[in-house]
Amino acid sequence: MLSKKLRYLRYGLGMIFASLLLAGCSSERPSILLPVSPKANAEANLFLIIFWISVAVFVIVEAALFYSVIRFRGKNAEDVPPQIHGSVPLEIAWTTAPALVLVVVFVLTWQTLQATAAPPLDSMPVLVTGNQFWWKFDYLDQQVSTANELHLPVGRPVRLLLETKDVIHSFWVPQLGGKMDLIAGHQNVLWLQADKAGEYHGQCAELCGASHANMRTKVIAESQVNFDAWIQSQKTPSTTPTNPALVKGRDLFLGNACIGCHMIRGTTAAGAVGPDLTHVASRSTIAAGLLENTSANMARWIDNPPAIKPGVLMPKLNLSQDDITSIVAYLQSLK
Amino acid sequence: MATHTASLSQPQYSTGGLSAWLTTVDHKMIGILYLLGAGFFLLVGGLEALLIRTQLIRPENTFLVGETYNQVLTMHGTTMVFLVIMPMLAGMGNYIVPLMLGARDMAFPRLNAFGVWMFLLGGIFLNLSFILGGAPAAGWFSYTPLSNTPFSPGTGIDFWIFGINMFGISSISASVNFVVTILNMRAPGLTLNRLPIFVWTTLTTAFLLLFALPSIAIATILLYLDRNLGMNFYRASGGGDPLIWQHLFWFFGHPEVYVMILPAMGIVSEILPVFSRKPLFGYTAVAYSSVAIGFLGFTVWAHHMFAVGLPPLINAAFAFSSMLIAIPTAIKIFNWTATLWGGNIQLRPPLLYAVGFIALFIIGGLTGIYLAVVPIDYQITDTYFVVGHLHYVLFGGSLIAIFGGIHYWFPKMTGRMMDERLGHWQFWLLFLGALLAFIPMLIVGVEGMPRRVYTYGAGLGWDIYNLLSTLGAYMIAVSVLVFLYNFFFSLFRGKPAGDDPWDGHTLEWATTSPPAVYNFEVVPVVKSRRPVWDMKYSSDHHPRRLDGVQPEAAHNLQDVHIHLPPPSWWPLVLSVGIMIMAFGFVFNWIIILVGLVVFLWGVSGWIQQDVNAPQAPAGHGG
Repeated sequence: MLSKKLRYLRYGLGMIFASLLLAGCSSERPSILLPVSPKANAEANLFLIIFWISVAVFVIVEAALFYSVIRFRGKNAEDVPPQIHGSVPLEIAWTTAPALVLVVVFVLTWQTLQATAAPPLDSMPVLVTGNQFWWKFDYLDQQVSTANELHLPVGRPVRLLLETKDVIHSFWVPQLGGKMDLIAGHQNVLWLQADKAGEYHGQCAELCGASHANMRTKVIAESQVNFDAWIQSQKTPSTTPTNPALVKGRDLFLGNACIGCHMIRGTTAAGAVGPDLTHVASRSTIAAGLLENTSANMARWIDNPPAIKPGVLMPKLNLSQDDITSIVAYLQSLK
Repeated sequence: MATHTASLSQPQYSTGGLSAWLTTVDHKMIGILYLLGAGFFLLVGGLEALLIRTQLIRPENTFLVGETYNQVLTMHGTTMVFLVIMPMLAGMGNYIVPLMLGARDMAFPRLNAFGVWMFLLGGIFLNLSFILGGAPAAGWFSYTPLSNTPFSPGTGIDFWIFGINMFGISSISASVNFVVTILNMRAPGLTLNRLPIFVWTTLTTAFLLLFALPSIAIATILLYLDRNLGMNFYRASGGGDPLIWQHLFWFFGHPEVYVMILPAMGIVSEILPVFSRKPLFGYTAVAYSSVAIGFLGFTVWAHHMFAVGLPPLINAAFAFSSMLIAIPTAIKIFNWTATLWGGNIQLRPPLLYAVGFIALFIIGGLTGIYLAVVPIDYQITDTYFVVGHLHYVLFGGSLIAIFGGIHYWFPKMTGRMMDERLGHWQFWLLFLGALLAFIPMLIVGVEGMPRRVYTYGAGLGWDIYNLLSTLGAYMIAVSVLVFLYNFFFSLFRGKPAGDDPWDGHTLEWATTSPPAVYNFEVVPVVKSRRPVWDMKYSSDHHPRRLDGVQPEAAHNLQDVHIHLPPPSWWPLVLSVGIMIMAFGFVFNWIIILVGLVVFLWGVSGWIQQDVNAPQAPAGHGG
């Protein structure tokens, strides 16, 4: 009953926020008030309760303040009002009142914390490794590795094991719940569960260097059937090209510095510094969610990565436009 | 008030000229140096804010990107905390606290001068990093490993480390001085229970700094050793732990928030009664709640770290202590409102700022509760919600109170009134600007926008909030321009103020505007919390104005010998020595030796200077 009311109230609040979006309706709002997981839902409900409590306090206190100023505004600066020094009953009253409100707030905090803290035992583990400035996802049970786009089966709890290769990052997909930091020497655990199929925006929430703003991620929640199919396709090695244009692209890739950092399973490219590109064409974005995965964007990216993503480790290799076009053609064949 | 008495010894040093300022040990000149220095850095930090907001005015903007953006971001935060709000409050404390106490100066005049030089030279030192290899870019909180090598290879972080420590030395010097002065140099009858609230909050702040600063000093020195001597205090690969930095930093960093807000609350607690023509409501509750906030401030640091993976029980404990702070804060707000209630309210600029402070600080306080509620904090920590929250505390709170304090005490410091019409204009631009700039930040944080990002994608629904926020920032900039015009116009052309233009309550209004170098011709005797009100009004429930009452003197005028310390170059020499050493630590260790020589020369001169001759008449102990 309560949760149903809360849903209406939250809907109302969401509408207030949405109506403030003068630029028009945006379907991709990564708002914490549009939760699609049990945890994010609990957090949004708690947010809502605190929101209305604080609105009530705000209105009462501001009204008292402005009423006092307007009501008692004096004309004659010489007049001396009654000299009141204080009141013990009032002090007791306005010490007790906020204390009582805070007891309620703390109990709610404790309850929500308890209800959302521990991951369910049957959750699926995924190792998340933060890198300046991209995410590596290893599906431990399925032996699949990918980058920046996290596929999840709808309705199944997932346990993210958070580690970092370098500085502190923070994994956050607002609609799936609160964030957790990735800290060297600590393995943190964050559990998620997407209850609705869809794509959810996320990004790094801890300042991690020049391209902190460009370290984005996307959660793709899909049915178990689609998820299983995706896992199967990711497990296969890369396709070996036969088309001479693609063969040329592959040879260029394998003959250049690319292989120092990138892996393409089924070839000699076995680098482990940058994202695994075995199925790069199956991803919807490149450069950690920064660019749509099109041939034009990929060519622009390979031509000069630091121009798009300041501080990125991938250097400008001074490849000719022809070579870039061939490499892109090859990479785009890696479905 | 009265004409000068022949028995008073006049100051031996001139009151004008560059060398008078460089060698001053007078708390009022030092206070003005603090305020002017902080005012200059306010313009620097404000310009940085405008650069940030201009970059964020629309998605995927390319005005200020990547590392450069992070430098400006880091310097905006560091500047506003250490070079604007803290020295503004320290400057006001320096000028006003001895006057409120009925004292002739601070307890340690040369230490006082040393404090202001460490602040000014530290500020110059840190800002020189922009042209000497790049400013620090790891945020004002400089989390390791980002602030460590190899992720921050240049000299920026080393500049930051030694800048912070120069400010730390400045603040520790000032804090020792405030504690000793407030506890030992009160006028007869001025018991602790009669101290003006601004003095109470300054005292609490001084203790906070004395206990909090060692933590950041240690944290930064260990970081320096990690960076430059290959140690591994914070490197997980070498057996260290990056989280130690966060604990040490926030053990300083959260009390630091109260350092920035408590004296601002003190200013407001002085202004409200005077312009309501009533005493402060619930003096004891307001004074003790400040002290309570001071104590509790040391128990909440880990609420900045809810998302680092501490156990839920630890997080809940810190949530509890953080929520506790809301109680003394609420007590203050209620008592301030009750002070206005039933008053004869004079809506002049200082009161406008004081009321504006309360109105905006309420938003800062209430949004703080969201951050103490752990499950909500998991969502909104490190988002623009926090940026909005902290600006309602530090901008809507501290800075607006500081502007109120400037409007309130400008007549005392200069002998002239600030223009009231311009004061109203500035206030409304500032107040509405603060709403326009920071409310959208609260919303866009809830909408999922992380903080410290130099750009954001279009189509996430964040564009309009960022645009509004930027317009608010420009509005605040206009308000500051109005203030600057008013300040300089009033400095030269303002109406003469007289000694007591606001019909004040506390002792600073019992002397001339500006006060003579010795502050008071006679040390007044204090009989209540409102000594100057007592001189003017009868003490019944409906007071009448009395005429021609002079303050009761603590001494027979014939016996008055005012001891004034002589000016001194040594605090400046000492500070320059430390600054040179700081350059040495950043660039080349040989330079440290040069700085050490200057420093030791300063120490030797300082301890050998005869401060009792020739100003003090024989037989006076000082």
